[in-house]
Amino acid sequence: MVHITMNGLAVEAERGSSLLEVARFYNFPIPTLCHEDGLNSYGACRLCLVEIGEAPKSKLVAACGYRVEEGMKVRTNSLRVQRARRLLLELYVATCPQSKRIQDLASEYGVRQCRYPVDGQPGAPWDPKTNCIQCGLCVRICAEQMMAGAIGFAGRGKSRHVARPFGMASEQCRQCGACLYACPVCELRCQASTAESLLCNGCLNFSPVCFQSYSDAMCFLEPCHACELSGPFRHEIGIKAHAPHDAGQKAAPSTGELK
Amino acid sequence: MPEMEAVKPLLAQFEDERANLIPILQEIQATFSYLPEEALRRVARKLHVPVTDVYQVATFYRCFSLKPRGRHLVQVCLGTACHVRGGDLVLERTQTETGAGLSGTSPDLEFTVEPVRCLGCCGLAPVMRVDRDTFAHLDQAKVRGIVNRYRPRKKPATVDTIAASAEKVRS
Amino acid sequence: MISTAQRLVNLEDLHHAMRQGRDLLYPSQPKIMVGTATCGLAAGAEEVLHAVREEVANSQLPYQVTETGCIGWCSQEPLLDICIPGRPRVTYGRMKPGRAREIVRAIPEVKREWALAMMPGDENTLNGAHVNYCVPHNGHMDGLTAYKDLPLFKRQLRIVLRNCGIINPDSLEEYIARGGYHALWHALRKHTPEEILNEVKRSGLRGRGGAGFPTGMKWQAVRDAQGEPKYVICNADEGDPGAYMDRGVLEGDPHSVLEGMTIGGYAMGAHQGVIYVREEYPLAVMRMKQAIRQAEDAGLLGQSIFDSGFSFEIRVVKGAGAFVCGEETALIRSIEGKVGEPQQRPPYPAQHGLWGKPTCINNVESWANIAVIVQRGGDWFSQIGTAKSKGTKVFSLVGNIENTALIEVPMGTTLAEIVYEIGGGIPNARACKAVQTGGPSGGCIPADKFDLPVDYDSLNQAGSIMGSGGMIVMDDHTCMVDIARYFLEFLEDESCGKCFTCRVGTQRLKEIVTRISQGEGEEEDLDLLQDLGWLVREGSLCGLGQTAPNPVLSTLRYFRGEYMAHIRDRRCPAHRCRELITFEIDPVLCNGCGACVQICSGKAILGEKKKPHIITQAQCTKCGACLEMCKFDAVLVH
Repeated sequence: MVHITMNGLAVEAERGSSLLEVARFYNFPIPTLCHEDGLNSYGACRLCLVEIGEAPKSKLVAACGYRVEEGMKVRTNSLRVQRARRLLLELYVATCPQSKRIQDLASEYGVRQCRYPVDGQPGAPWDPKTNCIQCGLCVRICAEQMMAGAIGFAGRGKSRHVARPFGMASEQCRQCGACLYACPVCELRCQASTAESLLCNGCLNFSPVCFQSYSDAMCFLEPCHACELSGPFRHEIGIKAHAPHDAGQKAAPSTGELK
Repeated sequence: MPEMEAVKPLLAQFEDERANLIPILQEIQATFSYLPEEALRRVARKLHVPVTDVYQVATFYRCFSLKPRGRHLVQVCLGTACHVRGGDLVLERTQTETGAGLSGTSPDLEFTVEPVRCLGCCGLAPVMRVDRDTFAHLDQAKVRGIVNRYRPRKKPATVDTIAASAEKVRS
Repeated sequence: MISTAQRLVNLEDLHHAMRQGRDLLYPSQPKIMVGTATCGLAAGAEEVLHAVREEVANSQLPYQVTETGCIGWCSQEPLLDICIPGRPRVTYGRMKPGRAREIVRAIPEVKREWALAMMPGDENTLNGAHVNYCVPHNGHMDGLTAYKDLPLFKRQLRIVLRNCGIINPDSLEEYIARGGYHALWHALRKHTPEEILNEVKRSGLRGRGGAGFPTGMKWQAVRDAQGEPKYVICNADEGDPGAYMDRGVLEGDPHSVLEGMTIGGYAMGAHQGVIYVREEYPLAVMRMKQAIRQAEDAGLLGQSIFDSGFSFEIRVVKGAGAFVCGEETALIRSIEGKVGEPQQRPPYPAQHGLWGKPTCINNVESWANIAVIVQRGGDWFSQIGTAKSKGTKVFSLVGNIENTALIEVPMGTTLAEIVYEIGGGIPNARACKAVQTGGPSGGCIPADKFDLPVDYDSLNQAGSIMGSGGMIVMDDHTCMVDIARYFLEFLEDESCGKCFTCRVGTQRLKEIVTRISQGEGEEEDLDLLQDLGWLVREGSLCGLGQTAPNPVLSTLRYFRGEYMAHIRDRRCPAHRCRELITFEIDPVLCNGCGACVQICSGKAILGEKKKPHIITQAQCTKCGACLEMCKFDAVLVH
């Protein structure tokens, strides 16, 4: 067993476990996008960054891939970590504004502005060329759990993308749909982000948008956080209502707040 | 479609080890001046790796091309020293002179123009390489003259003639 | 050439080879040397060599014609050297085939009007030996300046480049004649691995690839690590644009790298070495492979070298065109046949490297220092340089500088000394604006900070890094916003693309800087650059991502005014950013020669012969070719 300090708490962890595993065991929340239990950790999304060490030699590392070391000091919610998460999520919203998962995370971690032009047309359907966040879950589930390896990454840098070899349907593909299931962003459409504001405006109508798009029970998720604050469920949690157009303005980008 | 028969003896030179993937691809690239799809599938079978792996490696590294390259490979250096002395303008001029444009290869398959990051001749910037010849101290005016040296006399280029001339260059 | 039969086993064999080498280096007949490294060839050295060979053959002169590597005088390539017994060596520059023939025909007379400098003898930093070319009291100094008195060479201390431009890189005997492989013999036959390791530690050598990690510490970690077999790797994936120090060594003195790696293998307990050379250096690949064959034939690689019981093998692996493969974990993956995606560290390659085994990766320049450290001692080496940065550093001094050159100076030499004395200042009487070091991971140091000593820590504090040694001098015609954009364009392409911060961050940084360069930036963009730059540095997995913001952050730190000019005034002070400049022809100076019409890429210039011409702004592509062409300074840029 290895002894470390996490958020001031002295904890024990099995040798070889990752900081993310330890944090989850002790119920310290760390957001992730590219992590999935059952798949090898990948380290692409960078959302699980935590601070290790002590000033002036502390640094941010991805918790999913960093193994515990004796005597390590870890903080999962320091100011530096918070700033990194906000700046990251701001970038994620710009990359994939239609994603409910990302909009939820942005609301949860206090993203109040998005200073980047959006990829592709705002409000447009999800487009693999511009909106894929390259978390690699589809590739990894195909290779590691379905043992097919029918899709993979191709290219490098700005031209990197998920691809079928030679752009053709692969013999290895069994049409199992695991890739669609694994994708954290393309299935869950947040219909509410508009051209004025990339951040979720909350439901513009009084009934959750998700129920309008999916007539079956696909949307078994909780309403998104912005909906909670301004949508039809607000009376359940005792928050004052905002009129729909107010909700839009509240979520409009303001400058100079994040540091 | 280049003769796939040439692929068999080529692959036979190498052991069936993952570590040989890049050297094998380099050999195929040098032989055919690009990586034909069928050759890549055979490599995947030989090394017992998924085709996606081979495809990922083939598209990651700059020296590989999945499309046939022109008869002459023109590499314009865009290193910092060359940039500071106008390398990007030389590249643009080369793209227009050869007809390659932004796509990289001229429609007549004579030239492929690619930017390259640093040939290591920074003292003589701006620099460009055509096949094995290097040209230095360039400016936009000199580009036309250099390109004209390589223009074809008679037969238009096709993928097979390019492969044949690539073979000549190698031997 | 040493034949296969002649294995070198003991000191007598080495001395015998040394004598053979000396006969080649200092023959009794005139010797003609042509510099045929890649830059020499690019400048036309092949034709010069051919002309010289023809001249010698036709006239049936008993002269020796040989090739040599880069002595570092790049702006004067192609270089031709004449060595006459008893006389100083004379260097001629900017050679053309015709002139070369005349020079050969004139031997033993010197064509002073074309000569650059002379060498009355050579120094050997490997063993401290000094060889005099001139017969004593001969007085034949030929009235030329000696190399050591030239500003370009005066401050240089050539340890890594000790043989470049002196020996024929194809000749093992010449390498040995200059003291080569003696250090290896001493290491294997007279010292234990621990003693060698301690010597390297005492020297204070820090990794020359850019990070500056103490080499001795790395070697110790590999030695202590568990796992067999251990590997030693030479990182010759010199990807920084503008840097070619490693190429100079690989092409000009290949055996220095082999000897260094073999000594390292001995010290660490590794028996296999890999040299990873980028594929854009075909001549370097060829020279290294040839040197390995020579060493194997001579028994300097292979089983039980020098009968010591220690065996070592080296092979060459070619890169495939990816800058990120200069990062050590990505390099390892590339050797393993995978994409060059860097890995999380820890675990470090010293414990878990190639094929999961303990691996030591060092840069070419680091390896080239080893034989000298072993031969002359770590203490000798640590006398050179500064308190925390020992030894010398090789730099490629390029860009807007009079003497573009490959130089080697002791650590602590100031930027001012390098730019103004060694480099000869800025051509065309322009002002120096900044020096860029460290490639895409580095930053720009402005001219008013040139009293900065060049060492690892000073450069870090100034917002740049030492990097591999590329040093790009920029004059006031360079736009710093454009430079930031240039490096980001490089990085967004070369990033492996795996981690979100680096892949998307470099693209977004470039997007913002491009907008600024086009005159569409806002003041808030500068804050956004700081925020995003901070995120990319803190959040990326590997060195490429972590240092990617350096070019933009350092130019923002020192040249904020220039950014503001683009934003507030929509003006590019350096007249570089295309959307913000216009080209015009001065009707007074233009004499209507029409040269610009030919070269205009947008077919935008109109005018009659002998009458002032005019540029149609709507069609002007701002390529600037007319400015290049015009001999009458009639093209103006606003």
